Amino acid sequence: MERMTDNTVVLRNVSKVYRQNAIAVHALTEIDLDVPRKDFMCLSGPSGSGKSTLLNLIGGLDRPTTGEITVDGQRVDQLPKGELARLRLHKIGFVFQAYNLIPVLTAIENVEFVMQLQGVATAERREKALQILMEVGLEGLESRRPGELSGGQQQRVAVARAIVSEPSLVLADEPTANLDSKTAENLMQLLVHMNTEHNVTFIFSTHDKRVMDFSRRLIKLRDGRIVEDERRQ
Amino acid sequence: MGITLRFAWRNLWRHPRRTWLTASAIAFSATLLVFMITLQLGAYDLMIDTSLRVYTGQLQVQRTGYLDKPQIRSTIPEAASLAARLRGAGFPAVATRAQGFALASSGSRSYGVPVVGVEPAHEKEVSTIPGRVTEGRYLSDVRAQEAVIGATLARNLKVKLGDELTLLGSGKDGSVAATIVPVVGIFESGNPELDRHFVQLPLATFQDVFSMGSDAHAIVLSGLDLRTLAQAATRVEARLPKDQDLVLRHWEELLPGIKEAIQADMVQNWFTYIVLIVVVTFSILNTFLMSVLERTREFGVMLALGASPYRIGSLVMLESTLLALLGILIGMGCGSGLAVYFHFEGFTFPGMAELYGQFGLPGVIHSKLSFTTLTLGPAVIFVFTVAAALYPALRIRRLTPVEAIHAV
Ligand SMILES: Nc1ncnc2c1ncn2[C@@H]1O[C@H](COP(=O)(O)OP(=O)(O)O)[C@@H](O)[C@H]1O
Ligand SMILES: [Mg+2]
Repeated sequence: MERMTDNTVVLRNVSKVYRQNAIAVHALTEIDLDVPRKDFMCLSGPSGSGKSTLLNLIGGLDRPTTGEITVDGQRVDQLPKGELARLRLHKIGFVFQAYNLIPVLTAIENVEFVMQLQGVATAERREKALQILMEVGLEGLESRRPGELSGGQQQRVAVARAIVSEPSLVLADEPTANLDSKTAENLMQLLVHMNTEHNVTFIFSTHDKRVMDFSRRLIKLRDGRIVEDERRQ
Repeated sequence: MGITLRFAWRNLWRHPRRTWLTASAIAFSATLLVFMITLQLGAYDLMIDTSLRVYTGQLQVQRTGYLDKPQIRSTIPEAASLAARLRGAGFPAVATRAQGFALASSGSRSYGVPVVGVEPAHEKEVSTIPGRVTEGRYLSDVRAQEAVIGATLARNLKVKLGDELTLLGSGKDGSVAATIVPVVGIFESGNPELDRHFVQLPLATFQDVFSMGSDAHAIVLSGLDLRTLAQAATRVEARLPKDQDLVLRHWEELLPGIKEAIQADMVQNWFTYIVLIVVVTFSILNTFLMSVLERTREFGVMLALGASPYRIGSLVMLESTLLALLGILIGMGCGSGLAVYFHFEGFTFPGMAELYGQFGLPGVIHSKLSFTTLTLGPAVIFVFTVAAALYPALRIRRLTPVEAIHAV
């Protein structure tokens, strides 16, 4: 129990089996994992190795077939749906590969949307949103809609939105997959900055070698199992 | 609220053409309903007004039991002077009538017919029959020895203008009532029933023949505004002698058939309206469903961010409500425009005057303007549309974040 409180995420013996008709797909098998606070961790592995599944389970978007998942002291695998939504709203930020943003809302409204769900007062959320958009380098683009922003800019809005309410954990599933390498590098630098400045634990996935190099811990998945867990400095 | 409303409004305009088409469908059906309902109620008013004008009038003073059992003994004493007092109190159209039953014969033929004694000078104000004499003239004086009869009866009796008509019945006191009067006029009221067996005599002549003294059976009132008839009725009742067992009958009691016909017609029309509304609702449901399905991924992202399905459902409901309101407002505007136009100009179509004329109805209907006629149809459409939006909104509850995010 002692050790658990130091960790943002704890997985014990987690397996996920998808059943498609009669075929069972073992997406994850007996995963044990501790992610300490402020960690900046990368999940790598070939396509189909279980990266997305693992992120989804940690984020409470899906439930494990067996095993225990704890995020910020709460048993994600056991929480009822409503509680899970609340946990995601207040404790977890998400960045997906693409189409993260709500197309009819402007950049700043996308950021404000989460705070509105949290019940933050209008003036406060506007101020915070402006601030964070400036921090991710989008000053002056606040009132553009996603369609009027480049792919890299859209991902920056998504990062801003994930971080604005100071969650404990940000999960990013291949956030750079749709970006060119220069833009991807810039985004990774932003994530590193956010990780150190905002005391947030980051778990992101990629199969891009250069992106992996930004991580402080690299986990390699293959066929739903952790095959390597490497600390780097 | 601000951002949610803006959010919903913009979602509406993601597919402007689709939104306009849907809003137009709602607007069109709302326009149609306003047009049809205002016209329908205008037609009812016309029907009531026209029917009452022929003969019945809007209110009648009678002896208490007379409506159910019209016996010649159930009379109003000094009826003509009571009628005169009512006229003096400002009621615009008041006429006294007495009614009996007689065997009418002419030459070889006889028919049992109702015979009515009327005040020729005042009968014009409460009945259209005096104005619909097609041969000869109407009764001249309250004491004149003459009769007017319906056209069909005249044909059946083989009576022509100037021919004598023999009436044989029994008077108020049970004595024999008999008279011979010349036919001075033949009328076509437009009501086949009245034309087939109806004889009118001047009131004083009737009272003599039927030994009625100055009694009569009904004081007919007309020319009042039907919308405020209840108040007018109260004022009439206040002027009735308290000791004579008199009652004031409203047109609904005097001609229950009209109300029933209107109610039956109303049910039939609403059936048509509901079919129209249901068809429109289903086409709208399709749009709502499409707009939800195509945004599955977006909803998945919102769920991942921590939005509750309830919240997303509310957003979808808000969008549908805005869309419905848009259509309803346009429809109510167009519908009201049409209704106002046809209220003043009257609605008619080629041949309508001839068609309606046969039934004694004018060939023009004026749409009825009221809060209810202008809003009821659109309100029902609104309720149906919003109810239709519930289905896609509730489907969102079944979305799971992972599946939603993987949707294209
Ligand atoms: N919803 C699903 N139903 C069935 N199988 C799935 C589903 N999601 C993922 N899988 C399978 O689980 C395995 C892991 O997938 P995923 O986690 O998406 O891998 P990655 O993100 O590393 O590419 C794959 O074999 C994939 O086909
Ligand atoms: Mg993946």
